[in-house]
Amino acid sequence: MLHTNIRRFYTFAYNIIPNSLDIKGKKCFLRYTKTYIYEFMSTPLRIVREKLNITQTELASLMGTTQATVSRMEAGQWEPNASQVQAVLAKSSRLGVELSVDDFVLPQALQSPNNGAPAVVVDRHFDHRHLLGIQDLSPDEISFLLDLSDTYAERNRTAERKQSLLAGKTVINLFFEESTRTRTSFELAGKRLGADVINIAVASSSIKKGETVIDTAMTLNAMHADALVVRHTHAGAVQLLSEKVNCSVINAGDGSHEHPTQALLDALTIRRRKGHLQGLLVALCGDVAHSRVARSNIYLLQTMGARVRVIAPPTLVPAAIERLGVEVFHDMRAGLADCDIVMMLRLQRERMQGSFVPSVHEYFHFYGLDYDKLSHAKPDALIMHPGPMNRGVEIDSAVADDIDRSVIHEQVEMGVAVRMACLDILTRDDRRNTP
Amino acid sequence: MSPRVAYTNARVIDPASGLDAPASDTGGLMTDGETIAAIGPGIFADGIPESAVQIDCRGAVLAPGLVDIRADLCEPGAVHKEDLESGSRAAAAGGVTTVVALPNTDPVIDEVSVLEFIARRAREVKLIKVFAYATVTRGGNSDELVEMGLLKEAGAVAFTDGRRTIANATVLSRALKYAQAYDGVIMQHPEEPVLAHGGVMQSGELSTRLGLPGIPTEAEIIMLQRDLKLVEMTGGRYHASHISTGAAVQAIANAKAARLDVTCDTAPPYFALNELAVGEYRTFAKLSPPLRREEDRQAIVAGLADGTIDCIASDHAPQDQDSKRLPFEQAEFGAVGLETLLQLTLELRHNGHLTLPDALARITYRPADILGLPVGRLSVGGPADLVVFDPDRPTRIEPGNFVSKSKNSPFDGRLVQGQVLRTVVDGRTIFSAAA
Repeated sequence: MLHTNIRRFYTFAYNIIPNSLDIKGKKCFLRYTKTYIYEFMSTPLRIVREKLNITQTELASLMGTTQATVSRMEAGQWEPNASQVQAVLAKSSRLGVELSVDDFVLPQALQSPNNGAPAVVVDRHFDHRHLLGIQDLSPDEISFLLDLSDTYAERNRTAERKQSLLAGKTVINLFFEESTRTRTSFELAGKRLGADVINIAVASSSIKKGETVIDTAMTLNAMHADALVVRHTHAGAVQLLSEKVNCSVINAGDGSHEHPTQALLDALTIRRRKGHLQGLLVALCGDVAHSRVARSNIYLLQTMGARVRVIAPPTLVPAAIERLGVEVFHDMRAGLADCDIVMMLRLQRERMQGSFVPSVHEYFHFYGLDYDKLSHAKPDALIMHPGPMNRGVEIDSAVADDIDRSVIHEQVEMGVAVRMACLDILTRDDRRNTP
Repeated sequence: MSPRVAYTNARVIDPASGLDAPASDTGGLMTDGETIAAIGPGIFADGIPESAVQIDCRGAVLAPGLVDIRADLCEPGAVHKEDLESGSRAAAAGGVTTVVALPNTDPVIDEVSVLEFIARRAREVKLIKVFAYATVTRGGNSDELVEMGLLKEAGAVAFTDGRRTIANATVLSRALKYAQAYDGVIMQHPEEPVLAHGGVMQSGELSTRLGLPGIPTEAEIIMLQRDLKLVEMTGGRYHASHISTGAAVQAIANAKAARLDVTCDTAPPYFALNELAVGEYRTFAKLSPPLRREEDRQAIVAGLADGTIDCIASDHAPQDQDSKRLPFEQAEFGAVGLETLLQLTLELRHNGHLTLPDALARITYRPADILGLPVGRLSVGGPADLVVFDPDRPTRIEPGNFVSKSKNSPFDGRLVQGQVLRTVVDGRTIFSAAA
């Protein structure tokens, strides 16, 4: 463990020190790597030496090597081997300083949360003008978005979260359907990147009679927005709008079709906790039929090699869902068996009483997540919910608030990071062309 | 001043009589004024009468003008989509000489006065022959029967609530009984309205992926089976419009075997397209009934080939841009079809499902016979309603070139064979293709 972590750090450091845009033939984002250099550039070995308050030559003699070697190691070009670390540990107590193996390990913030994912985000091909759905993305593109989101997630935890990357750019949040958290999340993401963010809420009743989606799109187009974030009650409306405007469009949810940024933030949350997506068993529970979150998650998780189960009463399972490659369960205990992730979905109020399920009471009894049902999942299974939660309908309050199991607040945190990454990626071409 | 016209060098096909005479200099067809004077091989063996105008058909097919028993002409009420003149011109361009207009106008055709208005407008336009249905119920949406006897006397060819299903079993059974006194045919749009409520496309994997509410296949057969039981009960005369599923074909076959007085039609989209035409929210492929699964399409083709399905109607439903350039769920149902009816029907011949005379039968005398119209066949002394077309000429469907006021065709860009060269009504040429 120690050795792999050290290796990872030094590999990482080696990649960024040459200060080159070209690493192993791939273009690298110096912007982000520099962030790391200035914020975290002290390598663990340098910190150790400062704690010991000795010179590089003295450290070299402790490790049984030369000063030049230590210098390179501190610069991150070479890595100390395990026996050298052991030698320093053994002799440090004599100098009156308590050291542990952890001191040689890459600081938490620098560790790539995804085992094996690069801490340096390599610019991969992302040939999309818009982000309309997960169905359009390849595994490589999803990884790229997640890697970049990861750097934003880390940055958001530091004091330097505000940037000027999108200074002078305009992001319009166009919401044809009520939303508080998604809109706020996009607004924050835009503002953190330095963009001017405008929120427009269009009540769906007024567009039914008056202005059409296309009219609205053309109006906003004339205002020269750089990115449009759109939510609409009807599936396909965001795509229709994207065909009519000259800027990038991000789908913030269209009908029961897709909600790509939600799936990305869910995946990022899982990847940071579990280290990977490949091979995980994920249960999606609740109103799958009307859920764009469920659909986007199914596409993303399966694309990234996870297995997906759908657990819902038969009336809330959409037609031919098994054709998407998921397993369908109507018994929650059976469905949750051996699951790594339990993802709950919101049940809309109008579907609770009689139309799709007979009552809230009955729904909670069979499909509400409580500790008893959760005990069938893996002991370390994570609980997720896209929010807003109906406590006592699809999820028990105690389970939702269980800090050991529930990552619901982390999902919200990752939401901002993912949306920053999306705004960043989609405006990149424009920024390149107009410096 | 002789109005005699000699059509020479034409392959004369009359599906009703079985005539299929190869093109020759000595055979063809001669009209005298509004009627046919002579038909067949050898009629010009002694040369063309001096007084006759000769039209050289250059080997093209000469057949009875097409009869379309299901088209929306939108007048009165929606003349921005189509009117009697534009609809008649569109029909003429498609080789259609007789159209039976649906009663879903505004006001609906549920009174003699509206029927007379249509007749007067048709006389003014004086292009094709326009007949009209009357509704079964007052307003086309109630439980009260219209004055069937009076409407029949005034020229209503049959009764249908058009695009609305007569869902009330009592109303339909009474209509089936009452209409027998006036030889009235009751036509139904067979779709269980509650089961189909809110649906916008075929229910299945694609609707789940697109996040669109689906209409189950069973919505059609449930209503059709109920109707057939009512026909059995009442002994009425029943016609199922635009059937679209394999189950419906089977049910009609069984009903015919049981000697019920039942007929049916389908429309080109249901034998030439399947649900995949919806693709990425193409509103032009939003039809009612919805485009079905591939196995249903194949069953419709088989039903046409074995004669279970009596005829093909265009199901012409013009929609303007404002009704279609909307999110899929908000867009109107329907597609124009008058100008593509012949070309798409000929696909059945080019794909080897039907011979040319059999294909023509389904758009000429068969639909005419269902409603007892004196058209759709070539007979000496009969009306000179003719179409001259090249059945093989390759072309591309270009809605931009349509004569119809509306361009909403799901066949946009489709490569087809067949070209109407000339359309003749009562001896007058009302359409002639630019050479």
